[in-house]
Amino acid sequence: MADKTTLQYTAEHEWVLVDGDVATVGITAYAADKLGDVVFVDLPAVDAEVDGGTVVGEIESTKSVGELFAPIDGTITEVNEAVVSSPELVNSDPFGDGWLVKVRFTALPDDLMSFDEYSALVGGE
Amino acid sequence: MTERFSPLHQTHVDSGASFTDFAGWQMPVRYSSDLAEHHAVRSHAGIFDLSHMGEILVIGPEAAEALDYALAGRLSAIEHGQAKYTLLLGRDGGVIDDLVVYRTGDDRFMVVANASNREVVVEELLQRTSPFDAEVEDESDDIALVAVQGPDALEILQQTPGFGVQGPGLDGDDFVSAVAGLKYYRSLPAEFEGGPVLIARTGYTGEDGFELYLAPERAEALWSALRETGGSRLVPAGLASRDTLRLEAGMPLYGHELGTDTFPAQAGLGRVVALGKEGDFVGREASERGPEEGARVLVGLIAEGRRAGRAGYAVFATTDAGEPVGEITSGALSPTLGHPIAMAYVAPDSAEPGTELYIDVRGTRVAASVTALPFYKRRK
Repeated sequence: MADKTTLQYTAEHEWVLVDGDVATVGITAYAADKLGDVVFVDLPAVDAEVDGGTVVGEIESTKSVGELFAPIDGTITEVNEAVVSSPELVNSDPFGDGWLVKVRFTALPDDLMSFDEYSALVGGE
Repeated sequence: MTERFSPLHQTHVDSGASFTDFAGWQMPVRYSSDLAEHHAVRSHAGIFDLSHMGEILVIGPEAAEALDYALAGRLSAIEHGQAKYTLLLGRDGGVIDDLVVYRTGDDRFMVVANASNREVVVEELLQRTSPFDAEVEDESDDIALVAVQGPDALEILQQTPGFGVQGPGLDGDDFVSAVAGLKYYRSLPAEFEGGPVLIARTGYTGEDGFELYLAPERAEALWSALRETGGSRLVPAGLASRDTLRLEAGMPLYGHELGTDTFPAQAGLGRVVALGKEGDFVGREASERGPEEGARVLVGLIAEGRRAGRAGYAVFATTDAGEPVGEITSGALSPTLGHPIAMAYVAPDSAEPGTELYIDVRGTRVAASVTALPFYKRRK
């Protein structure tokens, strides 16, 4: 499980772990909790070009449907097949085994939030 | 709107519940996992706080006649101790609310309304019963409701200390047999720790179970006693699991399958409207006329895969463009069955079980077939 305090966050309740020019993306525990039990995850195809801020996938719970936004412009290099077959990983380990996609990017957007900023956004939850 | 809180609110907070606004009430949507809570009710038992529901007493020598006029069913025909599912109809035949009415005495009824409709039900009952010798009292704030649902519900209730049946010369053993002998849609006036509790064998999950009505200040003691006795067999369950449970059981939810623009007959509830009863009742004329020719009817839909159609999604007869033949009112990936299920209103010529239809799931046509309700029936 990634260290939450070193991750970067988006206003769409996603987290981003940057390693070189590849970003691993998932949804936060706060978002997973709001969705409820995740039962279906639809992820983009590997090699797909994605635009930051657009919807590239879906995360469905028993109660509702959440959208997966690409946090950055880039190319999908890997998708988490484990989460497709076991969507409950999004709830049980959102910052670890519940990661969703990896994106190769050229530039990071400047509006990513730090852990403290994101914590303030969700009211310390 | 001011937020309302259940008398059990702090208990839920202490249990780590997540809350949702439901008709102005802050109610537990889940405690940990709505799927786990759903499965617990199907396999053992769950305990629900339903204190947001409205309880309205109708009391008086003409209470039965008053309700026969005010509601769709023949309430005068039910016996003391019996309960009945019924509807409050508008003059135009639409559904203002669906209700469970308990007869708790010869001249006493308790009408249980959806939280979102409490005010309108009270108002309508006051108006409709005014020509009769009967009083309407909104007791919603003075009655808490706890439901224990699931195959282990009876055993847990029997094992929980503090219960007794009312009356002289009765003891704890009498409670055990009285509650075991309580039939479906019957209620039993009992005691819990010396105060009255009405125990009804009713529910909204498709399982055996009980609903317990009592004073709010004693709800916490009851909840704790049940949980202590139930242990791992009894899981606190939130409104999210309640919704998937009732959907599997094919039970309509007001605001989804029922509304003022829906005739009971369209929802498969034609039998709930007692056209055969003597005298007039509100909505009779419109009910006798019935819905327009070609009006959509409620059906069940089942699909393969894991992508569920949800409330508001359009239903089509083909994969081609064109007008939809219907719309989903409730839908989810069924936790018990493992495939998507939905209730939908569709055109009568698309309503035959086995008909192949298509749900528009956010731009993708997903094949679904019409099926008879309910989706899930418990083994008896």
